[in-house]
Amino acid sequence: MAKPELMDYDKALELFEPVLGFEVHVELNTKTKMFCGCANEFGSGANTNTCPTCLGLPGGLPQVNHKAIESSIRLGLALGCEIAEHSRFARKNYFYPDTAKNFQTSQYDDPICHDGSLTIELESGRLVTVEIERAHMEDDAGKLTHMGGSTGRIQGADYSLVDYNRGGVPLVEIVTQMIEGAEHDAPEIGRTYVAGIREIAKALGVSNARMEEGNVRCDANVSLRPRGSKVLGTRTETKNVNSLRSVERAVRYEIQRQAAVLHAGGTITQETRHWHEDTGITSAGRPKSDADDYRYFPEPDLVPMAPSREWVEELRLTLPEPPAARRKRLQADWGFANLEFQDVVNSDLMDAVEATVAAGASAQSARKWWTGEIARLANAAGVAADSLVQPAQLAALIALVEAGTLTDRLARQVLEGVIAGEGTPAEVVASRGLAVVSDDGALIAAIDEALSKQPDVLAKIRDGKLQAAGAVIGAVMKAMRGQADAARVRELVLERAGTAESGSVE
Amino acid sequence: MTELIRLTAAELSSRLQDKSVSAVEATQAHLDQITAVDTDLHAFLYVAADAALATAARIDARRAAGEELGPLAGVPIAIKDVLTTLDMPTTAGSKILEGWVPPYDATVVRRLRAADLIPLGKTNMDEFAMGSSTEHSAYGVTRNPWDRDRIPGGSGGGSAAAVASFQAPLALGSDTGGSIRQPAAVTGSVGVKPTYGAVSRYGAIALASSLDQVGPVSRTVFDAALLHDVIGGHDPLDSTSLTDAWPSMAAAATAGLKDGALKGVRVGVIKELSGSGFQAGVTQRFTETLALLTAAGAEITEVSAPNFEYAVAAYYLILPAEASSNLARFDSVRFGIRVDPAEGSLTSEHVMAATREAGFGPEVKRRIILGTYALSTGYYDAYYGSAQKVRTLIQRDFAAAFDQVDILVSPSAPTTAFKFGEKLEDPMAMYLNDITTIPANLAGVPGMSIPIGLAPEDGLPVGLQIMAPARADARLYTYGAAIEQLLEATWGHTMLDQAPALALATTAKGAI
Amino acid sequence: MSAITAEQVAHLANLARIDLSPEEITNLTLDLGQIVDSVAKVQEVATSDVPATSHPMPLTNVFREDVVVPSLSVEQALSGAPARAGDKFRVPAILDEE
Ligand SMILES: [Zn+2]
Repeated sequence: MAKPELMDYDKALELFEPVLGFEVHVELNTKTKMFCGCANEFGSGANTNTCPTCLGLPGGLPQVNHKAIESSIRLGLALGCEIAEHSRFARKNYFYPDTAKNFQTSQYDDPICHDGSLTIELESGRLVTVEIERAHMEDDAGKLTHMGGSTGRIQGADYSLVDYNRGGVPLVEIVTQMIEGAEHDAPEIGRTYVAGIREIAKALGVSNARMEEGNVRCDANVSLRPRGSKVLGTRTETKNVNSLRSVERAVRYEIQRQAAVLHAGGTITQETRHWHEDTGITSAGRPKSDADDYRYFPEPDLVPMAPSREWVEELRLTLPEPPAARRKRLQADWGFANLEFQDVVNSDLMDAVEATVAAGASAQSARKWWTGEIARLANAAGVAADSLVQPAQLAALIALVEAGTLTDRLARQVLEGVIAGEGTPAEVVASRGLAVVSDDGALIAAIDEALSKQPDVLAKIRDGKLQAAGAVIGAVMKAMRGQADAARVRELVLERAGTAESGSVE
Repeated sequence: MTELIRLTAAELSSRLQDKSVSAVEATQAHLDQITAVDTDLHAFLYVAADAALATAARIDARRAAGEELGPLAGVPIAIKDVLTTLDMPTTAGSKILEGWVPPYDATVVRRLRAADLIPLGKTNMDEFAMGSSTEHSAYGVTRNPWDRDRIPGGSGGGSAAAVASFQAPLALGSDTGGSIRQPAAVTGSVGVKPTYGAVSRYGAIALASSLDQVGPVSRTVFDAALLHDVIGGHDPLDSTSLTDAWPSMAAAATAGLKDGALKGVRVGVIKELSGSGFQAGVTQRFTETLALLTAAGAEITEVSAPNFEYAVAAYYLILPAEASSNLARFDSVRFGIRVDPAEGSLTSEHVMAATREAGFGPEVKRRIILGTYALSTGYYDAYYGSAQKVRTLIQRDFAAAFDQVDILVSPSAPTTAFKFGEKLEDPMAMYLNDITTIPANLAGVPGMSIPIGLAPEDGLPVGLQIMAPARADARLYTYGAAIEQLLEATWGHTMLDQAPALALATTAKGAI
Repeated sequence: MSAITAEQVAHLANLARIDLSPEEITNLTLDLGQIVDSVAKVQEVATSDVPATSHPMPLTNVFREDVVVPSLSVEQALSGAPARAGDKFRVPAILDEE
């Protein structure tokens, strides 16, 4: 693929106004699929979760999952949507080997949710309200694997394999209105909007919301119009942009690419485009054409839905605090600086910290452990940090440290034991024999021993050179094989020198 | 054993229950009749002789052990090939499904097995139930037992012919625009299209989802009722299935046998489903039947259903539209045949298109293309959308008619069985043949066809269609049984007693 | 006559994924023209005040509880496959037009 010309971003914005639109697919985490009782689970053996309905066998018929409707309504309510009094499914007809029935059961003129909005806050503090046109339900397609060929991509493949486990998994597609006035913030608006949807879906518990597993997928529409023009430009739709960073990059890339094309006197083709994560570019997919005649019609195998107002109001009561408000509240409660808080949010550890604090730990300790040692271990193991240890266990560990039973270094060893499944922190302390030596007599003996080898240390300390204590502390810790509280040793050394200080925390 | 096969299902049932006949004997007798006549008639696409005998033996053993069995336990049945069956191939009469053995039973088949009926095999049909003559089967025509040069009706010609030729006492059919009732009419048998949603469609290969309904095929109204009671009732796997608590159809049929059952019954004759376009002998037998009804105390009124005139047009938009989508799944990926294109690249797209070209017959292609057109951008409102409105108007016509009468009647079909090839080249003529049966499907109301005699001009069976309001299926069985009893009393024999002996046809094989 | 052209039929055949022969296209163009002329009469009575009926019985809110039921076995699922590779369905290469 030849790399097309790109215009400098600032220049592109000088000449053109970007207009955006997003279609975000949220995969629901119901126990079963949208239209059949097959398990909705990720990672099962190929074609193990299939039946006549989701395999599109002759004679198969759909049955609507009540929970999926409930989740869709809750998602719609959280996005400020109206919930339709009458809604129905429609068939979207097109042939593709991953689509078992060769039509997608979707919604057309009567979506379950419509007319909502989501206000997002950019890093600059700018608030942007994204209007949501509709949120409708549909079923997912199966998974294709392209075999042979050089790249493993669809192009040049010799044949493809189909696994229909994902076929029929419930999706909610959230479609925005046209977003104008994004200006320089366009890429960040894309990222922040998708992050906002993801956060809401997660807070509601309606989706696992893991972008890396495809639970949240984004199609980004971008068009440019020349400054001063009222006419909308031709848009492209970049499909399946599946990470927050990619959304930002893809929007920026399309703005720069389209600007270059238009500035050179070219025209934009209305087409779908593919996003290439590795090279950071989009490439032309299929042009929009007559072949997009999806021949929608009301699904005759399913009857219309009329969610009662009572039910909708009941569901409204189950909505959690909006994630943006919750973030504000937690940062204030915890007293975190912006960077500290961002670190927690970006590492997806807000829930973990909150639960640890709820279990009795101080917010700062909880933050340090989660974003520090636990994140490091999780990263090394290639798993999510919050999957390693229970917040209550961490809180218990922190309590042991604060009680002086463990040093930080010992606590790290205890954590390893907890992660290894050796029991609660207290159990690990007992079984590994890791508690600090808190018998001052033994410590004082060790200090005297160390001082006898470094007789000038006490004088230096008295002269105000407190760092001189380090050598003695090191020697003591070594003698005690690490099983001493360094802070206590320091206190005792300083006492010896007659210069005890207060509040010394390493 | 000839007399065994001529028993009604109810008669056979009582002999099975008093153990004067075993299920194995009954099954063997029907298998023998299949061997004797079906090479010529070709009602069956598949005969499961060994499985049927094994099932029969198990039922006999259970009965011998004193187990309480259902009323139809041990009674053989033929199954239209549109219904999926675990142990028998299911092709819907199409090349594209040749040899496909489904990994599941249709709900109605599951219910047959649970009620211990004995599946004999799968019956021939127009490909994907598109047709009124069974000439559109990819596996050859089925002959009418009354005249082997004529069609047995369609799409369920196989089920009707099997029952009319004593190869099975019962059969299952499916009716989208008359596919149970019209074959019943032209073969002198009984066929019922229940209220839409009364019988599960799960496992019935869909033609037009909003019109399809599975129903019983038999030689008597009471037998149809017994079968309806087995297959009917709510099925959570079919979202359009009704949750009604249905009365016993068998009890309803029995009620019709009482003296004076027709007294005071208000019978509506639909003005638009009579007169010109109807064969003289059909009209004659229909009129005679009305006279009998009057004599029995029924009140006959003429009712008008002005929008029935638009029914065929609406039907031939709705059906192809839904079918074009329902048949999209036949794509050579998960089941069915795969055909490589003669030229061009071997891509998925080309292989799908080549498979569908080779696997679908001309009528199926015609309707898929028509349906694709009707749903296309720019045509949807004019065609599909308008047809859906006609559907509303036809429902209103029925509602108005049923305000005045208890049941509606018409001839089941405008003509008796026509000759092979007569309408094959003229699709519209074939479509217009369904004018009598289509309105019930569009409105979802139940309809039944029962034999009312032979047309004098050709000696072929004529059927009476009875229709009732939605959910009033029991009414069909009550009045159907009453009329049947009245006619048989007049004739002094059953309709099928007049059918030509088929053993002769077998010996004359090759004459055609 | 309604204006159904051979090009239109070819386009419909493409939408419906049927590789019609030129002869079939010719025949279907004729058939379709006649049928469309005939069925177009629905427009005579389908006025704007008439609501559309998509389902013969007016049901609403038919739902299934979110409870897992056993799926087919993998062998059952793949039993009808024209081609398979391991536990997956095998299809010829797909044109890049998703
Ligand atoms: Zn399934």
